Amino acid sequence: MLKVKEVKKTFNPGTINEKLALNNVNLNINAGEWVTVIGSNGAGKSTLLNVIAGVFPVDYGSIYIDGQSILHQPEHKRASYIGRVFQDPLMGTAASMTVIENLSLALKRGEKRKLIPGISRKDRHFFQEKLSQLGLGLEDRLSVKVGLLSGGQRQALTLLMATLKKPKLLLLDEHTAALDPKTGQRVVELTKEIIEKEKITTLMITHNLEQALKYGTRTIMMDEGQIVLDIKGQHRNNTSIQDLLALFEKASGKALNNDRVLLA
Amino acid sequence: MSFLTGTLEQGLIYGIMALGVYLSFRVLDYADLSVDGSLPLGAAICAILIYNGSNPWLATLLAIIGGAIAGVFTGFLHTRLKITPLLSGILTMTALYSVNLRVMGGNNVPLLRAETVFTVLQDIGLPEKVVSLGVPLVVVTVLVIILNYFLQTELGMAVRATGDNEQMIKAQGVDTNYTKLLGLSISNALVAFSGALVAQYQTFADVSMGIGTIIAGLASVIIGEVLIGTGSILRRLLAVVAGSVMYRLVIALVLTMGLKPTDLKLMTAFIVIIALASPSIKKKLRVGLKEGKYAQS
Ligand SMILES: Nc1ncnc2c1ncn2[C@@H]1O[C@H](COP(=O)(O)OP(=O)(O)OP(=O)(O)O)[C@@H](O)[C@H]1O
Ligand SMILES: [Mg+2]
Repeated sequence: MLKVKEVKKTFNPGTINEKLALNNVNLNINAGEWVTVIGSNGAGKSTLLNVIAGVFPVDYGSIYIDGQSILHQPEHKRASYIGRVFQDPLMGTAASMTVIENLSLALKRGEKRKLIPGISRKDRHFFQEKLSQLGLGLEDRLSVKVGLLSGGQRQALTLLMATLKKPKLLLLDEHTAALDPKTGQRVVELTKEIIEKEKITTLMITHNLEQALKYGTRTIMMDEGQIVLDIKGQHRNNTSIQDLLALFEKASGKALNNDRVLLA
Repeated sequence: MSFLTGTLEQGLIYGIMALGVYLSFRVLDYADLSVDGSLPLGAAICAILIYNGSNPWLATLLAIIGGAIAGVFTGFLHTRLKITPLLSGILTMTALYSVNLRVMGGNNVPLLRAETVFTVLQDIGLPEKVVSLGVPLVVVTVLVIILNYFLQTELGMAVRATGDNEQMIKAQGVDTNYTKLLGLSISNALVAFSGALVAQYQTFADVSMGIGTIIAGLASVIIGEVLIGTGSILRRLLAVVAGSVMYRLVIALVLTMGLKPTDLKLMTAFIVIIALASPSIKKKLRVGLKEGKYAQS
């Protein structure tokens, strides 16, 4: 479904800040797979998601979705089939607009925006139903400005917005990292419910090793711009966090170094 | 009485400009200085056409289109050539100074005894007083209705989201270069519309009439926000117009109190500085305006 082939990306080439962020990354993801991504700080995880989403171009290599090369498409074009949730809960929603306005914007993801009213009465019920599934009481707060919601509520809303129109690919970049543990857990559970119900192909970066193994169907580990480990199936089921750390050390020649890493 | 109606008329006519500034400054979150050039551009296009015998309505329409093109130019500098918003506006404003001189063929165009949208209506028998207040009132009302509708359409909401959170609306598949270009062209079209009416109202166009437009517009927007608040879109738009009227009233008052007209810009700058600096007003603005952009979440 997603094919990343020999992708290279260097930031600030030719300067003292030159940084090889992706060094020949190859990745094949089948439809319906939920891949969790872990790795040290600066390993290139976010950069990988960003080049897939089209935030910046690659220097070399190609990216295909359903066999079609997508590299020529700008970010907003790719958004018609890629849903995203960012680490910062403020990033995914428009604060000065209401819950229903944000959802209405998301319902038209990838479509041409017309000169017809942006909120339609008939969508109201649909939104309420979707919001009630989040279990955060947002279904009664459709007219509240999103800026007044908590970080967890905003992140749950962003998740809903990213999947309201089913994307071919969902990209989650540490989308629970900025939340308190309890709220983060709730959002991860919601993520699981939505992904499994809608069968959405997903790439999820996490710094939580337990999460990385517990959720999803496959786990990849990145280090210095490369994928150094890729486990799935029975092998993955039998892997503990300790095994994962050992595997990482063996593959990269050093200990996993992430200031936010959570072992449990 | 004529003092008050005159102020009201001016407040409404410049209110169109303030609506344009609101659109760029608040909705798009884009400090667009090109309006200092697009106001006289609208005045220049309209005045020279009328001077040469054109129908005043047609002249006004062409002035509006001229403003829209100026906005597209600013947007082009920013979105395609990646020049900062501030500099893009200054470049357009500077370029427009020469353009306006060329359009007018000199520093100013007099419209005394020329046919304007005001005189045309008087010619069909409407009293002068009714026309000079009625035209701005009707125009502003229609524009507020249109803008209120537009900002709540799919496209209008995408423009608002662009100013609120560009990253978010890109992730929702919107080409923000396009929404910025659209917003800036509508904004400058409104400002030029205002300029065209100012020229016809005061019966002349002058190349320097645009100086301080952005600050006057900003003062109007802020005064409106403080006085009327920031609830629904309609309320915000009405607040901008009311702010413009209030601003003109303050100016008229200080002029009658003996302030020299040449000191006006200084006073306007002070109004804006005080409004921006006053902590209580600032707090009110933050809570109301950018709801949540700064709020804790
Ligand atoms: N826009 C950018 N400009 C310049 N350098 C960048 C940019 N984005 C990332 N980098 C650099 O590229 C490298 C990879 O960064 P990336 O954000 O992909 O890491 P990460 O694996 O997501 O790390 P973390 O766990 O800290 O989020 C880092 O050295 C980073 O400083
Ligand atoms: Mg990252």
